[in-house]
Amino acid sequence: MRVVRVIPCLDVDAGRVVKGVRFAGLRDAGDPVELAARYDAEGADEIVFYDITASAEGRETMLEVVSRTAEEAFIPLTVGGGVRTLDDARRLLRLGADKVSINSAAVARPELIGEISGTFGAQCTVVGMDVRRSGPGTWEVYTHGGRVATGIDALGWATRCEQLGAGELVLNSMDRDGTRLGYDLELCRRVVEATGIPVVASGGVGSVAHLVEGAVAGMADAVLAASIFHYGEVTIAEAKAALTAAGVGVRPSVTAAPAR
Amino acid sequence: MAGPFIAVIDYGIGNLRSAEKALCRAGADARLVTQPADVAAAAGVVLPGVGHFGRCSEALLRSGLWGATVDAVSDERPFLGICVGMQLLYESSEEAPGARGLGVFPGQVALLPAGVRRPQMQWNLLSVRPGSQFLAGLEQGMWAYFVHSFAAPVGDETVATCDYGGPVAAAVEAGHVWGAQFHPEKSSMAGLAALANFVRACSCDSPGLAGGHHLGGEPRVGARGGREG
Repeated sequence: MRVVRVIPCLDVDAGRVVKGVRFAGLRDAGDPVELAARYDAEGADEIVFYDITASAEGRETMLEVVSRTAEEAFIPLTVGGGVRTLDDARRLLRLGADKVSINSAAVARPELIGEISGTFGAQCTVVGMDVRRSGPGTWEVYTHGGRVATGIDALGWATRCEQLGAGELVLNSMDRDGTRLGYDLELCRRVVEATGIPVVASGGVGSVAHLVEGAVAGMADAVLAASIFHYGEVTIAEAKAALTAAGVGVRPSVTAAPAR
Repeated sequence: MAGPFIAVIDYGIGNLRSAEKALCRAGADARLVTQPADVAAAAGVVLPGVGHFGRCSEALLRSGLWGATVDAVSDERPFLGICVGMQLLYESSEEAPGARGLGVFPGQVALLPAGVRRPQMQWNLLSVRPGSQFLAGLEQGMWAYFVHSFAAPVGDETVATCDYGGPVAAAVEAGHVWGAQFHPEKSSMAGLAALANFVRACSCDSPGLAGGHHLGGEPRVGARGGREG
């Protein structure tokens, strides 16, 4: 049975959630730990923290956030942003991250994928790809938050990442990111077909229908979104209901209350 | 207030912190341990494991904790293997033909069937055999998080399966030895409920040891140095 994951992504700067989050009943809507716990309770299948911190001190704060999250949220946690070395990965994994996502550093030094995968396993080695369409049926990899073009073909890079030991790809369309026009479905499908590892669709979600498209037409193994969840436009339960209605297997958002 | 002391065997593999913290949330005094004496003192023992069967087997040997692990399995204390920790309860694995497992259960761990994406990195619904202690209260169907490419054979000890290109062994149980191919520590409330069943078993089996074998000091991040990986 194929079961598609629904993943809220939080941008974190120096330990604080960047985009305003509108949830009722939160003590501190800027605290990523409290949000992660809330998303766990709502039935999210996984959480991604994307660290956009620039300063070294801020990065230390992120480690503390990861550690606290492991005490409060009991679903998989992926941490990306600023992971440049095997040691960066080690610290995050030791503190409670389940996966680390590497992006620019993997492009700069592809061996890093194999180093992390060889040391900690492919299951925790995620490569984040920021890509832009460069022509009909072709896409180019960008780094540094989408600012630097690399000339690398996205499909080729995806298969190379798999060969080097990546266990998952988070595929972010820079063309769609922030547009609310939906995922780049052709890109997603092409990467899914080119690889054998799970692919997470990212970038452009503006409605619950886009999540469904990502799983069906995009063939993604997981659908990631940020603002529609954070702003309360779509709940995790609504996302799962829509996926279920479209015939996509999901873990129900409300599972039987366990006997305690 | 502390629950039973559960030793989470720390042999340098992956993210053990999550297992420790989830067990604490489920009511245990769980701690990562690197010394055989700590394993011996525990009311219950958890063997986590992620990644590669051969590497885990090797790391457990190299850590000097293999013997303590074998003792824990054979002396009737509650024992829980998680993910590759469950696979290590078998004799061997296709993933690493030369490496040996603990051999508690017969047979070889094998690659997931062709035609499915590997690893299985997703939630899946467990079909639970009635009477399981580990999954008591979860018989109606538990959703659990999996990350694996290899799986144990389905046998008499299998108490739960999931469907992934066919029935896949998801949990095992024989007396005091339990195993989960899924990650209970990452399976939200249902996973915590399964871990609570384990903590309860540890409380019942070794009342004399519960909380009595350690002094003060909450185990916290950074409190213990020296662990690699």
